[in-house]
Amino acid sequence: MPIHIIDRRLNPGGKSLENRQRFLRRAKSLVQGAVKKTSQERDIKDVLEGGEVTIPLDGMHEPRFRRQGGTRDMVLPGNKKFIEGDYLQRSGQGSAKDSGPGEGDGEDAFRFVLSRDEFVDLFLDDLELPDLAKRKVAQTESEGIQRAGYTTSGSPSNISVSRTVRLALARRIALKRPSKDELEELEAAIAACTDEDERAELVAQLEKLRAKSKRIPFIDPLDIRYRRFETVPKPVAQAVMFCLMDVSGSMSEHMKDLAKRFYMLLYVFLKRRYKHVEIVFIRHTDRAEEVDEQTFFYGPASGGTLVSSALQAMHEIVRERFNPSDWNIYAAQASDGDNSYSDGELTGMLLTDKILPVCQFFAYLEVGESGGSAFDLSDSSLWTLYDRLRNSGAPLSMRKVSERSEIFPVFHDLFQRRETAKEKAAP
Amino acid sequence: MTERLFEGADWDFHTLQRITDACEEVALKDLGLDVYPNQIEVITAEQMLDAYSSVGMPLFYKHWSFGKQFAYHEASYRKGLMGLAYEIVINSSPCISYLMEENTATMQTLVIAHAAFGHNHFFKNNYLFKQWTDADGILDYLDFAKNYVMQCEDRYGRTEVERTLDAAHALMSHGIDRYPGKKKLDLREEEKRAGRRRQHEEEVFNDLWRTVPKGVSKTRSAISLERRRKLLGLPQENLLYFLEKSAPRLAPWQRELLRIVRHIAQYFYPQSQTKVMNEGTATYVHYRIMTKLHEQGRITDGNFLEFLGSHTNVVFQPEFDDQRFSGFNPYALGFAMMQDIERIVTRPEDEDREWFPDIAGKNDVMGVLRDVWANYRDESFIAQFLSPKLMRQLRMFHLHDDPEERAGIRVDAIHDDRGFRRVRRELARQHDVGYIDANIEVVDVDLSGDRRLILHHHVIKGSQLNETDAKRVLQHLADLWTYDVSLIEVDANDKVLREYVVSPRPITAAA
Repeated sequence: MPIHIIDRRLNPGGKSLENRQRFLRRAKSLVQGAVKKTSQERDIKDVLEGGEVTIPLDGMHEPRFRRQGGTRDMVLPGNKKFIEGDYLQRSGQGSAKDSGPGEGDGEDAFRFVLSRDEFVDLFLDDLELPDLAKRKVAQTESEGIQRAGYTTSGSPSNISVSRTVRLALARRIALKRPSKDELEELEAAIAACTDEDERAELVAQLEKLRAKSKRIPFIDPLDIRYRRFETVPKPVAQAVMFCLMDVSGSMSEHMKDLAKRFYMLLYVFLKRRYKHVEIVFIRHTDRAEEVDEQTFFYGPASGGTLVSSALQAMHEIVRERFNPSDWNIYAAQASDGDNSYSDGELTGMLLTDKILPVCQFFAYLEVGESGGSAFDLSDSSLWTLYDRLRNSGAPLSMRKVSERSEIFPVFHDLFQRRETAKEKAAP
Repeated sequence: MTERLFEGADWDFHTLQRITDACEEVALKDLGLDVYPNQIEVITAEQMLDAYSSVGMPLFYKHWSFGKQFAYHEASYRKGLMGLAYEIVINSSPCISYLMEENTATMQTLVIAHAAFGHNHFFKNNYLFKQWTDADGILDYLDFAKNYVMQCEDRYGRTEVERTLDAAHALMSHGIDRYPGKKKLDLREEEKRAGRRRQHEEEVFNDLWRTVPKGVSKTRSAISLERRRKLLGLPQENLLYFLEKSAPRLAPWQRELLRIVRHIAQYFYPQSQTKVMNEGTATYVHYRIMTKLHEQGRITDGNFLEFLGSHTNVVFQPEFDDQRFSGFNPYALGFAMMQDIERIVTRPEDEDREWFPDIAGKNDVMGVLRDVWANYRDESFIAQFLSPKLMRQLRMFHLHDDPEERAGIRVDAIHDDRGFRRVRRELARQHDVGYIDANIEVVDVDLSGDRRLILHHHVIKGSQLNETDAKRVLQHLADLWTYDVSLIEVDANDKVLREYVVSPRPITAAA
């Protein structure tokens, strides 16, 4: 009996992918809820790690007719001491024994693991970047290669065999090159032929055909075709993200932590939309400087507070390195709201005249101490200023945050799909 | 001494070939098995998970519930809560066995003996499989089903198809013919039939019919209840069949989908009825083959010990008060019974002669076993062949749990002379699928009234349907029927215990 042994290990994997996607699509709202819940409990840096989520079974339930209750009979192994007519106490023992195959019985939640990509997708699914379309500028950073028909010249590695053979065949037919069968037939006829004259004639004919097939080559250089490729410029959307933060003495570790979380979310979000994302960190006290990430979050600094200095620095960097026609510019500013009173005028002017016109999006995040409700206090000087600017039509987004758990909702709120997010009043 | 099949744990494809040949020799010559041609496929853990989520079949139509299965298995596998099976075997011709790549050479031998010869023989010879399944056609049929579902999704939209399949899946356990009578399915014909039906519709389509006035409908009073029930083929316990044939407003493609789900349910029906026998057979066969190979010196003592290790794990039966207990292990019970039959046939005691006069001392072990494997299912197998000795050995006892009984759960019978037959009858009943599934049938359709579909659930021993699930399933049923559906639970004395009435959801509102 023939036995086939087949190695399937190299078959393409992911056979269940489609079913899995169907499942996720169906459970989308449930999974999304679970993802948000999970992500709130996590540190930002592993917010996107994927991982296990739990969704209620309810919406995903597959019902069957099941029976329950009533009188039950069961046969069990391992009797040690019972004799007929004994009674066993119920005390949960009975039900524990008959767990049987009832798969979904006590199950009210369904756990499974999401991959990193699935997690991020669901995490950011209903968020949208403002003005994404405005400046999707093509930068010919990379060139893609694309098939573009056939050519008569090229490198040997690009020979298109099928096309070449096809042309050769067409040419041979057109020029009536004798086929191998034809020659063999003739040879057989000669071998079988007895009559001398006829034989001589056949031989002559054979010679003629042989000569012809020599004249007409099997494959002519004319037949050879090469696959042609052409390079096409691939537009690369790129973005720069400015992180502005007040690092003056009034900013506590907690506040910086809140700001950091917000920046990271923003980074992840941008990273998903743009192929290339640059980050510029600008910290300021009463003067601003561009620093690396480490210094930005942990470097010690002290001094007064002049917000305008940061805006000025940003403006200069934009002018030097990030041409607004080539870059999508996003800025997020975090501060506790303190600003030198005399600086208000300048800040407002810089913002409306220089910064906002080149920015896709400018978010201001006012961070507060943990536990202290930001709403009780009177508005800070910066908040008042920005609020005034916004009311006069400047495209500013601003929120107040004082707890870690608020970061995601605030972020979510800021980037909600446009229709719903239009100029919401400040909370 | 014969050459060893392999050394150590490593194997390659030549080793597999040698192993299969050696197993085949023992299986065909010594055990006299009759098998489908074998096809052995080596797969990875991920592919095994894939196979799990499509009930072990190599190809299946797409549906979200399989994705859910996959997610579930994957999560528990990753956490280490669940090991994967060593193999999966498919009742098809050729008989396909999937082997996991990480099995050792010994495990591969075990698995080939178990699946490619044990299960394979059982599939080919057991009467239930012969009666209900078409091993030659199943893979082609699944291919057809997959393509058909895909085409339907293209033509009628994914949501619509999903709705129909959801409903059909909910009724799957009641989409089975339990009694033969109709001709055996020819799955290869199915695809052609679906094609012909579509073609016929296209050929006879004439838009003019739409404009022809309907005419006066016949007087309905003439049709008596009896006649009506007969026309509709009632009572009918195959709900999917009934819907496919009689649901008033289903589109032809929906009927075809119901038919596909029904056929697949029917294909798996014998498997659910023969778990103990199927596994018992395969385990007994692998045990015999492995022992023989060891006797022949083709596997080393070390490898044989490795085999015994896994074998004992497989046939381990925890006792009822053990934490690991979750019912009878079909491998353990099946294997123990097969071995017991071997003992009765070769070394019977007086008791066995009294209980099994037909086979005791007959000495032709394989002849008896092949006959048993061909002609029984779990229920009849246990009812016929569970011996007092085995009941004593496993210390079986029968519990009767009546919720009305204050004193607790009564021990109704134990492994003594008074109890043997009662224990055996109860255990057989536990393995009777017809007894385990709720007995639900369509009894009437109110054709002259509001077209309500009436079902009865014949309640046995006071065990009623789970309410939430019942409502959901009935909702699906009503959606397919498109008129009200009522389910009445009646006990043996026709006393109505409970009535459900469900109306179909409007199509747009369903999510």
